[in-house]
Amino acid sequence: MENRLRVLRAQRSWSQQDLAERIEVSRQSVNAIETGKYDPSLPLAFRIAELFDRPIEEIFVSPSRRSSKAI
Amino acid sequence: MIRTAAWKRYNWRVIWLSVAYAVFLIGAVYSFKHALVPSVLKYPIAILPAIPIIGIFFAIGRYLVEEQDEYVRMLMVRQILWASGFALSCATVWGFLDNFGLVGHADGYYMVIAWFFGLGVGGMVNKLTVGEGGC
Repeated sequence: MENRLRVLRAQRSWSQQDLAERIEVSRQSVNAIETGKYDPSLPLAFRIAELFDRPIEEIFVSPSRRSSKAI
Repeated sequence: MIRTAAWKRYNWRVIWLSVAYAVFLIGAVYSFKHALVPSVLKYPIAILPAIPIIGIFFAIGRYLVEEQDEYVRMLMVRQILWASGFALSCATVWGFLDNFGLVGHADGYYMVIAWFFGLGVGGMVNKLTVGEGGC
């Protein structure tokens, strides 16, 4: 799933490890989410959204909205 | 594989179970070879080496329960699915080859060996498809 995690992380000058520690996952998990190789569960997506103090849809791009825009 | 706290616990369990397996196997083989086993204990001693192997399956299950990192857990589940598919495919192919008299009969526990080998195959597939942390 496309997302803005890398941008939000970069704005705070956090490394992947910094973010991983804040959301209590491994650095590899952060990397997999950022690169769109893994879609986080809803609880983890909420944890990420709460950390950045933004709604989930501002961080993760809905695949259905993305495809409807393409149409 | 990513070394989480749950992974470290799993590793220790597997190490202890492997030691137990070696001890039980050597003990059982020695006992049978030297006819030290009373007939009433033959079945329990024969299955003694199987118990730590069953313990390893339990340890894998505990790992899946204890692993807090959902991505890492997903990787392990993928490995287990690959292992199961690989082992069952091997057993199916071997079974038919055996039926038609093209290969010798294989002991049932080779299925477990194929399953553990399949875990390695799953790790490689993870590595190739999702990259770092995949093995």
